Amino acid sequence: MTELRIDSLSKDFGTFRALDSVSLDIPNGKFVCLLGPSGCGKTTLLRLIAGLETPTDGRIYVGGADQTEVPTHKRGMGMVFQSLALFPHLDVADNIAYPLAIRGVDKATRRARAEELLELVQLPGLGSRRIHQLSGGQRQRVAIARGLSIDPQVFLLDEPLSALDASLREHMQIELRQIQQRLGVTTVVVTHDQKEALTMADLVIVMKDGVIQQAGAPMELYHTPANAFVAGFIGTTNLMPCTVADGVVSVLGHAFPITEGDRIAISSGEAQLSVRPEHVLLGAPDEGLPAEISFLRDLGESLHVLMRVGDQEITAHLPPGHGHDLATGQTVGIRFRDGEKVVVQ
Amino acid sequence: MSATSVQTATPRWLGLWPAAMLTLFFLVPFGIMLAVSVAHRDVSGFYEWSFEWDSYARFLSAFFGKVMAVSISVSLTAAAICVALAFPFTVFLSNMGHRAQTRILVVLLSALALSEVIIGFSLSTLLSQTAGIGNLFHWLGLIDEPRAYTPSLFALITGLCYIGFPFAVLVLYPPVSRLDPEIVEAARVMGASGPRAFFGVIVPNLRGAIVGAFILVFVFTLGSYLLPQLLGRSEHWTLSVHITDQAVYQSNLPFGAAMSVFLMLVALALVGLASLAGRERGAA
Repeated sequence: MTELRIDSLSKDFGTFRALDSVSLDIPNGKFVCLLGPSGCGKTTLLRLIAGLETPTDGRIYVGGADQTEVPTHKRGMGMVFQSLALFPHLDVADNIAYPLAIRGVDKATRRARAEELLELVQLPGLGSRRIHQLSGGQRQRVAIARGLSIDPQVFLLDEPLSALDASLREHMQIELRQIQQRLGVTTVVVTHDQKEALTMADLVIVMKDGVIQQAGAPMELYHTPANAFVAGFIGTTNLMPCTVADGVVSVLGHAFPITEGDRIAISSGEAQLSVRPEHVLLGAPDEGLPAEISFLRDLGESLHVLMRVGDQEITAHLPPGHGHDLATGQTVGIRFRDGEKVVVQ
Repeated sequence: MSATSVQTATPRWLGLWPAAMLTLFFLVPFGIMLAVSVAHRDVSGFYEWSFEWDSYARFLSAFFGKVMAVSISVSLTAAAICVALAFPFTVFLSNMGHRAQTRILVVLLSALALSEVIIGFSLSTLLSQTAGIGNLFHWLGLIDEPRAYTPSLFALITGLCYIGFPFAVLVLYPPVSRLDPEIVEAARVMGASGPRAFFGVIVPNLRGAIVGAFILVFVFTLGSYLLPQLLGRSEHWTLSVHITDQAVYQSNLPFGAAMSVFLMLVALALVGLASLAGRERGAA
């Protein structure tokens, strides 16, 4: 059992507080994504778990054992670095088996284990290659295999796919998730890419300014964001200032009745309304909030309608076959699909 | 594309200038030296042009063998000590803040501005019986009588290392500071203790730079002429000192020239061997 528990962990760099009393419970075998903009403390948290940084305050438990004071090299972690940090002076198999060599495993066993892992990451037979002979995607796979070679307590990855191009990145996300599910290893990935987090994670932890904003399953975060930051960071959304009172949400001077399924965090007062573009409906100007179409973006799979209400921009995504009669400059009436209004602080 | 444009931007004849300078100031003197090395010695004065191997034949003597062995081992020792000190120092330096790094590098560079004469006399004073650390040790009660530590092999090696150390650091600094710090962190996470990560990851990844620094200090100290006379005993005299001795004081120019040729060949051979070893290991 290698569940990971973080107990009010803080880290200061000089006067800068990178991590502010973060607590987390990660169950055994879960795939966790630490998600947030740069400087939010996600990498610091990962490095603290790995033991590469010393916490200012708080404790780290791995499998129930307090690891806070244990030096890095005795923690039994696997890690993939942002630069990959493969050893150019060793061949692929020796790179993968390096953690085993450190632990005094004999050469034949090391070679066998390296080959086994190369098959896992779909690079069979490449053990004797040099690192500089590999492509970016292959290096990525070698780094993953190396991180897994000792059956780590926790598998840590720091922006592992950021160097790959978009299509290869998507492919590796799926593959990484499949490998993790097959091995059942507790995994923590740092990423700033929300799609990456949604693709891979059991549990997404959204961070900002060293504080956890929300932790939950991807769709939980998508449908019930805890605040405006999470709503804006996970997926695309329209965020509009609003007022809640007497069963209606007033946006830009137009009152929308609260319907069943709407997630309204407050009973009355000022807040933010978040509506996903796919839940913005268009009709005649007198049927809703009047808005002027400023741009039409037809992507084939969907039609993006960019609209303006004063200074507020609102985007609607229409399914294929809809909105062919729309034109730039036209005024339409905006409505929101019932049960898809989310009011957050 | 860019290669051709570079060629057209820099006319080829420009290369003639360094070629001419090399010929004038290196190849011609070297040719004269070669010619003198096979000339016949005139005991009463100078030398007569001729072609004989007499000077080279003297290499076979035991005396010459010993001088060669002393020269090479003194330089090898100095180079080894310099690299052994400079490498960890440079790794440590590259982990410091940028301001501190610049300051330390400037101090090191200013040490290079000191001439060999100043370094030699300073050390001989520092290590002397009357004004040196021998007095200090006596005052501290570490030794019974004030004593001199110069001239000695220890003093000579100290002096050579003083000169060689900044060079070693300057050769090592660029590759060391470019080494990906995550490589070391990766080794640590994967179970390597500090020393193990140092010798198993940092050292092999910088093998080329280490060999380069070693060669530089070795060649540099091999030609050292002043320090062996200031700080060493006559049995520690290096080949350079003997060359001067033969050419200037014994009036045996052919033998001096022959020794110079030999010194150059030995230096070239060792440099070749070392770089070959560095390359082989680096690629294996």
